[in-house]
Amino acid sequence: MSKDQQKVGWSKIELATRVAQDLEDGWFVNLGIGIPTLVADVIPEGREIILHSENGLLGLGPKPEPGEEDMDLVNAGKEPITLKPGGSFFSQSDSFAMIRGGHLDAAVLGAFQVSMYGDLASWKLPNTTLGRVGGAMDLTVGSKRIFLCMQHTSKGTPKIVEECTYPLTAPRCVDRIYTDLAVIDVTDDGLVVQELAPGVTFEYLQERTAAPLKNHANSILQEETLHIND
Amino acid sequence: MIQKKFENAAKAVADIKDGATLLVGGFGGSGLPSHLVAALVEQGAKNLTVVSNNIGAVSDGVAALISNNQVRRIICSFPVGPHADELIERLQNGTIELEIVPQGTLAERIRAGGAGIPAFYTPTAAHTELGEGKETREFNDRLHLLEQAITGDYAFIKGHRADRWGNLVYNKTQRNFNPVMATAARITIAEVDEIVEVGEIDPEIIVTPSVFVHRLVQLEPQREGRVLVNE
Repeated sequence: MSKDQQKVGWSKIELATRVAQDLEDGWFVNLGIGIPTLVADVIPEGREIILHSENGLLGLGPKPEPGEEDMDLVNAGKEPITLKPGGSFFSQSDSFAMIRGGHLDAAVLGAFQVSMYGDLASWKLPNTTLGRVGGAMDLTVGSKRIFLCMQHTSKGTPKIVEECTYPLTAPRCVDRIYTDLAVIDVTDDGLVVQELAPGVTFEYLQERTAAPLKNHANSILQEETLHIND
Repeated sequence: MIQKKFENAAKAVADIKDGATLLVGGFGGSGLPSHLVAALVEQGAKNLTVVSNNIGAVSDGVAALISNNQVRRIICSFPVGPHADELIERLQNGTIELEIVPQGTLAERIRAGGAGIPAFYTPTAAHTELGEGKETREFNDRLHLLEQAITGDYAFIKGHRADRWGNLVYNKTQRNFNPVMATAARITIAEVDEIVEVGEIDPEIIVTPSVFVHRLVQLEPQREGRVLVNE
């Protein structure tokens, strides 16, 4: 694919595609509401990744063709989806036994804020009457891995911070952060940048991050190109 | 002879009294027993405690009971949605109390209620605002919260097919909270698309066994199902 030299960062679908690259064959994965939902449409060919939807299904497939929507077949965002062969339906009790019982390999979630220690804030904004927790607190406690998939900043304000100032979903739970600008691991040594998106320098990224970053991307940067259309 | 079928939704909800606790199935509009909710809006019982996952997603769910000033307390995981305005207004003027519960804890509290377990420990919501004030205990070096069971006086659920005894099967993701809520109420009322004779549903595929279902309402064919989930 030809690359626009002026381009900075990944589009939403490119970001979802980047996340999908790291989901391994045979994994059971939950996708949160928002950008994470797009991952369902870009699972790499030949990989059997079984997507879990917390409202009660395994084997979530791509969006249906227009006119094929079935309102009794929806995802956690209440949008119509499809079921893959081998898929199954079950109750909320079974769905959250999968989540809370540690049976899911990864959850891909959105975030309002994430701290350098992997604390996540994703269910309530300050100064709002209503929070909306859904399954986020169960997933962060129960899933084997927590991947965040989000915009790097919110209207210019960094979402990656030293300490979360918004109400927590769970402390010390995030393993990896995928944003439109970079892939960042949460480690015992702090935040380690593993990959920079096209047009993004480490300095550019650090300016938009309110916590110290370590750069591991230097050594591998530039040689690796993301093949969106693979 | 067992006969759980009521002539219509109005008759099935007629005896619900002021102050009752009501479990309402569904995830947004999917699997929402909207005809039973509509009948309760007509019936008018007040000061209800309503337990339901989504509150503001659709206008003909719990939001309709709120608009009609029938609800005193809400227990849910996801109160946000296009029809949440009337809830926000009543929270601000203090006429409704809201308890937000993580979705898995909500499901498990209802399951515990149905299974005769008064309380249980879970790590979900430990170290968060939603865990404040709860009894805690460490297991395996991890903080857990003590969570109390939920039971209802009534459960409203939506099924696809029932037999005369009340054995139920569901259609796809309309299942969601319906089977677990069916276990946790003194009187469970199911609205279904179809009621068949006993023996016509393969016992291997029955999801909710008849013991959990007390009343059945068959939807009129022209009113079957729902078209809109997100309005």
